[in-house]
Amino acid sequence: MCDASARTKHLWQLCLTAISEERANNGVLGIDNEVVSGITSHGPGYIDQEHELIVGLQTDQLLKRAMKPYGGIAVVEKACQEHGLEVSDRVKDIFNNYAKTHNDGVFDVYTPEIRLFRSLGILTGLPDNYARGRIIGDYRRVALYGTDRLIEAKKLDMLGLIGPMTDERIRLREEVAEQIKALGQLRELGAIYGLDLSRPAQSAQEAVQWVYLSYLAAVKEQDGAAMSLGNVSSFLDIYMEHDLQLGLIDENYAQELIDQFVMKLRMVRHLRMDAYNEIFAGDPTWVTEAIGGRLADGRHKVTKTSFRFLQTLYNLGPSPEPNMTILWSNSLPEGFKKFCAQVSIDTSSIQYENDDLMQCTRNSDDYGIACCVSFQEIGKQIQFFGARTNLAKTLLLAINGGRCEMTGKQVLHNIPELKSDLLDLEEVMSNFRLAMKEVGRVYNDAMNIIHYMHDKYYYEKLQMALVDTNPKVNLAYGAAGLSIVADSLSAIKHAKVQVVRNEAGISTDFKIEGDFPCYGNDDDRVDVFAKEIPAYFNKLLKKLPTYKNAEPTLSILTITSNVVYGKKTGATPDGRAQGVAFAPGANPMHGRDKSGALASLSSVAKIDYKDSLDGISNTFSIVPKTLGADMEQRKENLVSIMDGYFSKDAHHLNVNVLNREMLEDAMEHPENYPQLTIRVSGYAVNFVRLTRAQQQDVIARSFFETI
Amino acid sequence: MLNVHSIESLGTFDGPGIRLVFFLQGCNFKCLYCANPDTIAFEGGNPYATEDLVAMARRQQPFFGKKGGITVSGGEPLIQAKGLIELFKALKEAGFHTCIDTNGSLLNDDVKELLDYTDLVLLDIKQAQEERHRKLTGRSNARTLAFADYLAQRGKATWIRYVLVPGYSDAEEDLHALGQRIKDMHNVEKLEIQPYHKLGVHKYASLGWEYALSDVPANTAEALLKAKALFQAYVPEVVIN
Repeated sequence: MCDASARTKHLWQLCLTAISEERANNGVLGIDNEVVSGITSHGPGYIDQEHELIVGLQTDQLLKRAMKPYGGIAVVEKACQEHGLEVSDRVKDIFNNYAKTHNDGVFDVYTPEIRLFRSLGILTGLPDNYARGRIIGDYRRVALYGTDRLIEAKKLDMLGLIGPMTDERIRLREEVAEQIKALGQLRELGAIYGLDLSRPAQSAQEAVQWVYLSYLAAVKEQDGAAMSLGNVSSFLDIYMEHDLQLGLIDENYAQELIDQFVMKLRMVRHLRMDAYNEIFAGDPTWVTEAIGGRLADGRHKVTKTSFRFLQTLYNLGPSPEPNMTILWSNSLPEGFKKFCAQVSIDTSSIQYENDDLMQCTRNSDDYGIACCVSFQEIGKQIQFFGARTNLAKTLLLAINGGRCEMTGKQVLHNIPELKSDLLDLEEVMSNFRLAMKEVGRVYNDAMNIIHYMHDKYYYEKLQMALVDTNPKVNLAYGAAGLSIVADSLSAIKHAKVQVVRNEAGISTDFKIEGDFPCYGNDDDRVDVFAKEIPAYFNKLLKKLPTYKNAEPTLSILTITSNVVYGKKTGATPDGRAQGVAFAPGANPMHGRDKSGALASLSSVAKIDYKDSLDGISNTFSIVPKTLGADMEQRKENLVSIMDGYFSKDAHHLNVNVLNREMLEDAMEHPENYPQLTIRVSGYAVNFVRLTRAQQQDVIARSFFETI
Repeated sequence: MLNVHSIESLGTFDGPGIRLVFFLQGCNFKCLYCANPDTIAFEGGNPYATEDLVAMARRQQPFFGKKGGITVSGGEPLIQAKGLIELFKALKEAGFHTCIDTNGSLLNDDVKELLDYTDLVLLDIKQAQEERHRKLTGRSNARTLAFADYLAQRGKATWIRYVLVPGYSDAEEDLHALGQRIKDMHNVEKLEIQPYHKLGVHKYASLGWEYALSDVPANTAEALLKAKALFQAYVPEVVIN
């Protein structure tokens, strides 16, 4: 493996300076408040042109953010104002008086019910005022074919899309027409940088450049919450290997290409308003790159470029982006597994997903990870993102006759009052099932509206141009608060739980008598609830009609919204006080997993992937010493942990190998830790960019330590 | 049936690879520096049936890799040797690697039988010098040393564990005495130096006990490395845990 070249180091130094100016300037270095961003909206931008092997920036200046008002003009105006700027009068005029946005469309159509669910925090983080993201273009296609051939192919598809002209077919014809235009613009973007993207790439450098410019076009056109890269590393390796074998390049140059590519990916920025930070903290872009895994015939997909990607975490230092995700199979080469473990121990920057499980469940060996944890077959399939619903709050609706425990508002109308305040599992479950059904129904309504409008007003034309015409679609629902629900049901079953109510009859607290097993200790008496609740909720969701006949899937994932969910949820029957943060994703509640790390992992592994096909996120934090006495043992043990976890059919694992003291010090002295990266639910963030509450939440979570 | 104080599913310091560690309740020693004083009393703890512990091991088997397995520690596990025979028999039948972490103060027929089902012994020798052993543990080290001889005679794979307590067990003569004692034991694969720490001190307060070593500082890095170098003259592999 090669170190960063002098050119790379020089460029990265300029980036680091820009990043520190950005942090000093309230998190935003600059905003272009005149030009609406699009694939060809801006002239060329460089870090320092003569040193760049891979070129292209979103705007004409490093870290300058661009406006993408098609998601919603109010959001863009607010984001600008929060940084002391006004959107130019021309753009305001256009988007307030002439053009309609996704956000306008959704709120024109939302029902009063959906609005109520949103405002009470039963549904949170829906992509109704920001772009949905989660669609992965097959950026490899541009390197492989060039834009001309891709346009030809889309034109051919168009010829086949003939009558009868139903809603669906008209819509699809319009979409393909948009895609063809976008491919033309991509070619033009190449021309802006003096590159001819109309033809296939003919060298390793061109392959990387073509792939990057295609991705760049996507992040110039869209500001989706998560815009993954896909699985380009081993594809690029073919070009690298070709050029290496012909002696056209050497290893130094190969690493330099990947370093500079990754550097550019780290510089992607979107304009967000501050409130966005509550659900997606730390200014993430989710440039998720899936690395490793196996082909259906059993051969692994680990290449030198897989290593080169990971090596960037040493050459450029740790970083949350690109969000490198190892597709783990127990039969990957041992050397690669150990290197991954070493990277985790050294940088805490990568995450792992179960390749064996996804490949056999989803029937594809060519997939990427959309956003944090979600399988997406590249170029064949997309997903419609739907944030998540609050299952812990849904349980409280079941206990409070359908009323919100924080406001007393009547939310659901079919929930009987409980006969007794000494909670009875059968009675609570019966109400909880009714509540889940109602919440699912409203959630489904919201999702269909959101994605109808997003297609209509903010269609991802470039990304979709790099996906087969009329792909499979997943409708990605999500649920939060699983560990609280599981522990609450366990408490109700195994201990005595008495509701404490205020004068209006709303629960304010729960008195628990006796012990009860908690999720996270590999104890089936409670883990059964963590397994059954997603299965039940998923089954309910599957019965509901979906826009574009999308296939419903469910995730157990919170991103960083577990903190804000906690704020919006009253005391729960597991003994959690009002306002206390949820555990992230599918994690056990912190402090309750008392049998060590592996028992905790074993509990999470029991949640069936088939019931949560959008992903089951687990974040695992361990102090280095607990992994073993020296580096060699630590690597070996971490590999064993991963092998064990995934052979139990678990889905996802974030790995942090950190000392709590280091995080505490970073809270006090952020200037000393500009690149400190930690994994939170499904992605990585710069620790120093989290809010104080989020930092405290991270520190409070279970760090597995042994004495 | 075993009386269990607690269970750690990710043990990385109690034998090779990843260990499922059962800490048993009750100890016949009361070492001044004990980091788990809450395991010393014979009352307390939770009863576990052998089959439940075996089931736990089976559930955790995927994490063990090629080296890992089950370790019983404590407290002093050999006090419950009878119950352990049943457990280890079952574990060996199921193909697990078994390990005992002991102070070596008990050697009876049950213990001898238990060793038939034990792959590795972690033998804690607190002090090789009798007087200083008494000071540290309140007991003679004669039984522990006899136990070491028995293990050597049986050729039972053994790792020696030695807590390096400043002022109590870190003098050069202490280290040489131990080295001399074990240098001819061909069953000893490794010596683990356990740095002295005070991470268990808060437990003393909650037990209402006084912690006698509150003035003893942690080991310096130099002292640890020096001890390591010294032991290397006697034992093939020396590690600092």
